[in-house]
Amino acid sequence: MPIRTEPMTVNVGPQHPSTHGVFRLRITFDGEEILEVEPILGYLHRGSEKLAEERNYVQVVTLTDRLDYTSSMINNQAYCLAVEKLLGVEPPLRAKFLRTLVAELQRIASHLVAVGFFIQELGAFGTPLMYAFRSRERILDLFEMLCGARITVSYMRPGGVFADAPPDFWPALTQFMHDFAIEFNEFEQLLLENEILLVRTRGVSPLPPEMAINCSVSGPVLRASGVNWDWRKMDPYDAYDKVEFDVPVGSHWDNYDRFWVRMQEVRQSMRIIDQCVAQIEPGPVRLVDLPLVIRPEAGAEAYGRVEASKGELGFYLVSDGGIAPYRCKIRSPSLINLTVTEHLLVGWKLADMIVSLGSVDINMGEVDR
Amino acid sequence: MNCQLAADNILFENALYRVIYDAVGSFLPCWLAYVAAGLAIMLILVNAVLLGAALVTWFERRLLGRFHNRIGPNRWGPFGLLQPIADLAKLMTKEDLIPAGADKITFSLVPLVMMAPLLLMTAVIPFSKNTALANLNVGVLFILAIGSLTTVAIFMAGWSSNNRYALFGAARAVAVLISYEVPVVISLLGVVMVAGSMSLANIVQAQAIPFLLVQPLALLIFLTGMSAELNRTPFDVAEAESEIIAGYHIEYSGIKFALIFAAETGAMLVVAATIATLFLSGWVGPFAEYIGWFWFLLKTLLVLFVFVWIRATYPRLRVDQIMALSWKFLLPLSLINLAATTLEVFFLRDSAGTLATIDLWIMAGINIPLALGCIFLFGNLVPENAKVLSVRPTTVVVPAVATVEVR
Amino acid sequence: MYGLAMAKGLMVTLKNLTKKPTTVQYPEERVKQHPRFRGEEFVWYEERCTGCASCAKYCPLGIIKIVTSPSETAPKQGDKYRLEVFDIEIQRCMFCGLCVEACPYDCLFMGSGFEQGKYSRKDMVLHVEDLRQADKHPSTFFRPQLEASGYDPRGGRPLNWREVGRESWRWHQQEKSGLRLEHSPVDTAGSQQESN
Ligand code: SF4
Ligand code: SF4
Repeated sequence: MPIRTEPMTVNVGPQHPSTHGVFRLRITFDGEEILEVEPILGYLHRGSEKLAEERNYVQVVTLTDRLDYTSSMINNQAYCLAVEKLLGVEPPLRAKFLRTLVAELQRIASHLVAVGFFIQELGAFGTPLMYAFRSRERILDLFEMLCGARITVSYMRPGGVFADAPPDFWPALTQFMHDFAIEFNEFEQLLLENEILLVRTRGVSPLPPEMAINCSVSGPVLRASGVNWDWRKMDPYDAYDKVEFDVPVGSHWDNYDRFWVRMQEVRQSMRIIDQCVAQIEPGPVRLVDLPLVIRPEAGAEAYGRVEASKGELGFYLVSDGGIAPYRCKIRSPSLINLTVTEHLLVGWKLADMIVSLGSVDINMGEVDR
Repeated sequence: MNCQLAADNILFENALYRVIYDAVGSFLPCWLAYVAAGLAIMLILVNAVLLGAALVTWFERRLLGRFHNRIGPNRWGPFGLLQPIADLAKLMTKEDLIPAGADKITFSLVPLVMMAPLLLMTAVIPFSKNTALANLNVGVLFILAIGSLTTVAIFMAGWSSNNRYALFGAARAVAVLISYEVPVVISLLGVVMVAGSMSLANIVQAQAIPFLLVQPLALLIFLTGMSAELNRTPFDVAEAESEIIAGYHIEYSGIKFALIFAAETGAMLVVAATIATLFLSGWVGPFAEYIGWFWFLLKTLLVLFVFVWIRATYPRLRVDQIMALSWKFLLPLSLINLAATTLEVFFLRDSAGTLATIDLWIMAGINIPLALGCIFLFGNLVPENAKVLSVRPTTVVVPAVATVEVR
Repeated sequence: MYGLAMAKGLMVTLKNLTKKPTTVQYPEERVKQHPRFRGEEFVWYEERCTGCASCAKYCPLGIIKIVTSPSETAPKQGDKYRLEVFDIEIQRCMFCGLCVEACPYDCLFMGSGFEQGKYSRKDMVLHVEDLRQADKHPSTFFRPQLEASGYDPRGGRPLNWREVGRESWRWHQQEKSGLRLEHSPVDTAGSQQESN
């Protein structure tokens, strides 16, 4: 006689240590296996898009800090690019390099968070996370030096950045790059080839390239699925056309590849930073003729996008000639990357669910906006 | 009144007990002295274990802090030594919640059921020469049997909490226990065979060289198996924090949680003591007559350090992989170890059935290469997909569907 | 060989065990704070403030409240108003620094502290009296003239209103264009004498 079993529905989140904030999944389990997944969003909705319509073009920068709070610099950059497109202006060269530089620093910080939590979710008690945060802390220190804040930076402005880096920033950056190279090597030694990590992630939750493209996934998740797609290469903005870097691409499309792609991107970011430091030249960092209160002409529209640490981050702005955007639509990578949740999770085990979710690296500030 | 303990009494060999017995026996009737001394020594043991558990939490947190490159608890007392006391005070003042729908009696019994086997296990461990509470002649069997009782408590907790995460944890704990009991028992058979006795005191005495060298495979299997039974990383699926939050004790709060936590760390302490006794020759060391307890504590601390070290380094395995590790890796290894030890003991023992020190060295010489060879062999049998690709393909798929126009 | 990477991991953690911790024990020890740090309590110099309310207009949250009345001295000293209310609802402030950026007269500065916890929301409003009496340790955020003088708000002494200004009103334009002025260090000796 077969044993009678019945599926069990469990609410994972919104209060759960590994859902990256207040994300909720209603999951039906058969034993440990996942039968059905239903993501439920909206616990962190703050109405950023609507708030942006109430603020002038510079004030919106402060809102973008709070979208994906692990990569504020890149959010600033995306928004400022959109405004610049709206106005049809270009920031000075030094500003472009500074932006590229801080964006790459921020990408390292963000990937360190992603990777650290990914391994934390695999069950390593804190150590990789602490090592990742140890390096991230240094990056945040650099940001504090640059703009006075660590997370909510508001460093960039339409038409450049608000101020040049202080003179002691450059030696600090060099020192950091030197130390980080060592720390990152150590980090890789700790885990990149660890057998437990491999058996846990190799071949788990593969995302085929067709599926990834059809779901409009972007960022490291897309690249781990074997698609070579990076806006920094495809449509270079700021100073990305002046630096050289490779785009790491996954071959197995699984959780390990998503982890691996992030680790490699950190290496590429280090390359880009070195090139920026070598190429940057003195000069203005902000457009002089841009007033504090910007008024683009009525009817102008622009879409500015960047390759953020989690994927394509875009701002779509419409102007009605006023001091505030008429409409500000945010294309946030985390939300759109979540469309593959069901595909990644169904059929896998409870323990894999947490890891797959961690490998997509969502950030609720951005998902719910 | 001058009471005399019968020489065949199980407590006769316990030096500490006899000191107390003689002291109270001088003014109490013999039967009362017998009971009173028993109670006194129990009090000492229970408090020692609980205090030890408190110290272990401090040790673990402090050490993890240093592994993480941070400071660790340091606010209470010198080096934060009083931190466990502060935690206890906090937990005792918390509300003791019993969730609605929980099976109240079972739910409340759990901390006791968890604590009891732990305290029982300490009874047979020799802390120093002649200081085991009871020198049972089936000590190893006793430890194994009592030690797995904790799982009953875990399942009670998981079932009675009326919480699905707790149920997940309980189911996982039971599954892990069933798989790991087998290799653990078989691995200890080798130790018992070499020592020729199941009594822990005799096993210590038999270790002319530590069994760490004579039975390396058994140590590996016992350490792994005990990590699994103790829910330690990388086998901590039953309370996997990132998956099922706290597993079976998710609903416990206040003093109940404190007791469960103390039982967990206490179990770790006891297992470390067991390993120190079985494989690191317990209290044996220079001047063991006087400072046997010191060697014993030192070796226990060493094992604890290894536990914490592993916890600080490794991620967790999935529950099915833990089963696979047990049945496909540890069980064959333990059988190989058993077979090898049997043959060695059969050919090396003298007519009285005992082994000389030189025989132990010979066994060590055979068993260490055997252990390395086995690990290498079985390590290479793992499926391909668990290995690193040394050369990563650089070719890139851009399927035809990708017709994104670049603006 | 299988298991090698696991051994490597153990070595890495062991190596880190022997390192000095990277964290420090607050409050006995603090991490270094950079001069541009945007912190609590705002530094505001009444002597420099004209009551123009640019800061209030530019705050994204609208938490600065300014009430002015024409000052008696107004005709003599130009467009100066007397401040009656200058409240900052600091519990809602996000320390973005846009108010400081907007102030054209080098009058409002970010503070440099971060330990201003209060027990009730009412206490969190910075009134004009609080601002007048607060210790003046201005952050160098968006104030290049302070930065050029090498002022360190955490370690340095409080600055008075004469020491914080820029030499030229054209500064803003020039700073925006990135053409750094050759700042002479603030003439501290002179201003000390003046205040004495
Ligand atoms: S720092 Fe920002 S939020 Fe705070 S008062 Fe100034 S402008 Fe407003
Ligand atoms: S902008 Fe400056 S001068 Fe104007 S009211 Fe604000 S603080 Fe005073």
